[in-house]
Amino acid sequence: MSLSRAFFAVIRRDLVLALRRRSEIANPLLFFILVITLFPLGIGAQPHLLQAIAPGIIWVSALLAAMLSLDSLFRSDFDDGSLEQILLSPHPTSVLVLAKIIAHWLVTGLPLLIVAPLLAVFLGMPNHSLGILLLTLLLGTPVLSLIGAIGVALTVGLRRGGMILSLLVLPLYVPVLIFAGNAVQMASSGLPVNAQINILIAILLMALVLAPLPTAAALKMSIS
Amino acid sequence: MFLIPDPVARFFHRMASPPHFYAFTQRLMPWLVVIFLLLTAAGLYGGLYLAPADYQQGDSYRIIYIHVPSAWMSLFIYVVMAVAGAIGLVWRIKLAEIVAISSAPVGASFTFIALVTGSLWGKPMWGTWWVWDARLTSELILLFLYLGVIGLYGAIDDKRTASRAVAILALVGVVNIPIIHYSVEWWNTLHQGPTVTKMDKPSIHVTMLIPLLLMALSFKFYYVIAMLQRARTELLLRERNAQWVKAMVSESTQ
Repeated sequence: MSLSRAFFAVIRRDLVLALRRRSEIANPLLFFILVITLFPLGIGAQPHLLQAIAPGIIWVSALLAAMLSLDSLFRSDFDDGSLEQILLSPHPTSVLVLAKIIAHWLVTGLPLLIVAPLLAVFLGMPNHSLGILLLTLLLGTPVLSLIGAIGVALTVGLRRGGMILSLLVLPLYVPVLIFAGNAVQMASSGLPVNAQINILIAILLMALVLAPLPTAAALKMSIS
Repeated sequence: MFLIPDPVARFFHRMASPPHFYAFTQRLMPWLVVIFLLLTAAGLYGGLYLAPADYQQGDSYRIIYIHVPSAWMSLFIYVVMAVAGAIGLVWRIKLAEIVAISSAPVGASFTFIALVTGSLWGKPMWGTWWVWDARLTSELILLFLYLGVIGLYGAIDDKRTASRAVAILALVGVVNIPIIHYSVEWWNTLHQGPTVTKMDKPSIHVTMLIPLLLMALSFKFYYVIAMLQRARTELLLRERNAQWVKAMVSESTQ
């Protein structure tokens, strides 16, 4: 089997598995929506206040939803032994790991993009900044999956890895949060956001190239 | 290994053997402590008595003699930890792994000290304990990275595996180091720009600079002392079934 066929076979397999267990798609999405609805209830529903902090709320919620969904990335494969088969295959582990991350993003990251505009309207964000919000989510959520994969790979062998995972992953999420949140904030006030978008693209490309390597190394360590 | 002179290579080969490392650091320790005490005494005397008061900030600037060296150390120790972790990951040298993990708590403490002293200085000078500017935030993230390293090491039972996990995490976290270092140049922050490490002339008076450098050196020695003490304990714990530890313990109990 050639490398590209193996790559797409892994994506296909993970997507089929996710479709069979639909709750894995629904859970992060529901979490995302619920957290966002908590904010107006918690801080009061003054339109100006909500409008001002809407980009931050949406991005922090997306970040938490992405982190919550991370555990499903390698957990079931680790439990039933198919992760070992992936590591034993003649293809480079990092490429197959990238395929798994892409499939995971399609299942958990992409749905966030679809509901985000609706929630943005809920929070009273101006219409002209919705495009930028979607763009930052499109560029940012794959980075969250890529960086998160390193953390999951390090902790997948642990019985109680949940708390430690957030400690490992959240500090590394901060740059994405800063630039994405800032871009949406600027766009809401009608300012140009090219610089932030360029930096997000750079972060995405860097993560795409570099993150699968430590993930593969960490998986090998977790399996042994 | 043609670049490394033979005696140096031999020294490192011998240091990689646990019993030799243990004995060598035991003999080294008193010297390190003496040098550390002398440097600290000289640095504090120079900084607190000899250096003149600042024309603007008065005496409260003197906190830099703790703040700046500990901030430098927080970055330095992280790099040492990542390099030692990488060496342990590639060559599977047990002592490199131990040095990496023994550095983490010391680095975390220096990061914490830098944050606390900065905040104490910020209250009278900036009028606030904390601002969310680039340098303060990135230093705070560094503290979380250290805590992540310590937490991950504690969570994995098998300490060889834990060392490899920690090394991977430390290497990933290295991306934060240049961000902290250049944050005051890339962003226009409330935190002031570099005054010592500028390429031309440092914009700090020499009577203030010399105690600062002495303190920086003394903190380096403190780090080596603290790290070696932790490393020796960790080594004994890991090698508790080895012959040399048994021999040493039975010798000392007689």
